[in-house]
Amino acid sequence: MLSAEEIEGFADDGPEPTDTAPRDVVIDARDVELVFETNDGPVHALQDINLQISKGDFVSFIGPSGCGKTTFLRAIAALEQPTGGTLTVNGMSPDEARRSRAYGYVFQAAGLYPWRTIAANVKLPLEIMGFDKAEQDRRAQDVLRLVDLEGFERKYPWQLSGGMQQRASIARALAFDADLLLMDEPFGALDEIVRDHLNEQLLSLWARTEKTIGFVTHSIPEAVYLSTKIVVMSPRPGRITDVIDSPLPRERPLDIRDTPEFLEVAHRVREGLRAGHAYDD
Amino acid sequence: MRQAVGPVLAVVAAILVIWYFAAVWMNAAWTQQQAARAGTTVTFSEIVTDTMQQARPRLPAPHQVAVELWNTVVMKKVTSKRSLVYHGWITLSATLLGFGIGTGLGILLAVGIVHSRAMDMSVMPWAIASQTIPILAIAPMIIVVLNSIGISGLLPKAIISAYLSFFPVVVGMVAGLRSPETAQFDLLKTYNASRAQVFWRLRLPSSLPYLFTSLKIGIAASLVGAIVGELPTGAVAGLGARLLAGSYYGQTVQIWSALIGAAVLAGLMVGLVGVLQRVTLKRMGLSR
Repeated sequence: MLSAEEIEGFADDGPEPTDTAPRDVVIDARDVELVFETNDGPVHALQDINLQISKGDFVSFIGPSGCGKTTFLRAIAALEQPTGGTLTVNGMSPDEARRSRAYGYVFQAAGLYPWRTIAANVKLPLEIMGFDKAEQDRRAQDVLRLVDLEGFERKYPWQLSGGMQQRASIARALAFDADLLLMDEPFGALDEIVRDHLNEQLLSLWARTEKTIGFVTHSIPEAVYLSTKIVVMSPRPGRITDVIDSPLPRERPLDIRDTPEFLEVAHRVREGLRAGHAYDD
Repeated sequence: MRQAVGPVLAVVAAILVIWYFAAVWMNAAWTQQQAARAGTTVTFSEIVTDTMQQARPRLPAPHQVAVELWNTVVMKKVTSKRSLVYHGWITLSATLLGFGIGTGLGILLAVGIVHSRAMDMSVMPWAIASQTIPILAIAPMIIVVLNSIGISGLLPKAIISAYLSFFPVVVGMVAGLRSPETAQFDLLKTYNASRAQVFWRLRLPSSLPYLFTSLKIGIAASLVGAIVGELPTGAVAGLGARLLAGSYYGQTVQIWSALIGAAVLAGLMVGLVGVLQRVTLKRMGLSR
């Protein structure tokens, strides 16, 4: 487990200089800063963000609204431009990574096209990336099986429940088989029962595909249950207050949430959130 | 649709009642003048009867218009110059051509406005300004200018019609092409989609509900444009020509039947676009 201070020390004068990051580091953020210019003056959405995410990690970003967790995820996806520091994805700039289609992004709302069937929605990125028809069909079938939506290929989004729609949108992000999956509160709008179920499915999907996942949430149990690494953030300015490497095993049944280890990690997350808040006052 | 029949019939009945009263009231003066000239007196019931059957009433009674419509729509061969169907087709062909030009132009301008900031800044004010000019003022000039370069007949009328119909299409399509949420554009950006891909896969399908609404307004405006285009030229055929001829010769029954004919035509066209809208959006899964 590394505390925020240790992480920063690692970035400043640690044994790994910026240009020779370890091979399996997928996302490397050093002193990342992002300032939005607004009419009310500059807003520090991100400040002094130092973080390394390794291949195969499941990293959750947790914090109250305004802590910059979504902004950081969007910066990784090159949907926002950092105003300072360096950020690399697969050793490239985020925009180069975007252009090489390095990641799949799952938004808070499923955002399926109402005029396309589920299968056609999943094929959307494949069409854009120029996969041939047979390959599109094969991949759509594969990823829909992966998210348990076999048999719904010809349905329209409105014929599916919210949870199923979100699963379809995950399938869409998986379709082109990027190694990195970025998820921005994908289950935020769903009820607890559906959410538990989807969390379980997501873990098994992660185990099978060995993808690296960046996951934004504001639910402590969700973050602890899913992650190998939990990044606790706090607002004004958006910054990292704690990075917790989870001691939980990769294999996680839902009832792991009642074990002392789980509760201990959850407690530490809560402490981190509280510390961030106290700092703000 | 079926629930609408009752209220519609009620409104039609109310209009007919008011219309009859107005016909009696407006035509009574002429009846009394005639009686005074002849040195006779007329009873109230004679006045009412007479106001229903004058040859050139100020306001023809509904049944007079109905009879005129029956005679000019059903009883005449469609090739006859006295057939309202013949005149209606002349106007309709200009309307449809103008609607086609206007819709095409409107969509092209909207695509340009959405994709180019320069066009957004420059075209939109002109499009709005174009609609503030009274069409009656500009129509004769369009006809004269086109005529002087050898273009006459259908096209000048269609251009006036397009002049009116492109505007709702531009406004509706600009809104429609911009209607997808930011997250939808972000999603396509994560796929590194080109502008053309964004247009064909996201913007255009999203804009269709807006387009159909605009088309309904546009097609009615097209008809108005085609009729107005027939007025200043002294056209010999078309609904506009019927209106003009009717007013020259005081044929109020003819004017009113041409007006009703134009209204029915507009209603049919708007209804047709509505059917097209329902079928398309249903097939696209955008309505249910």
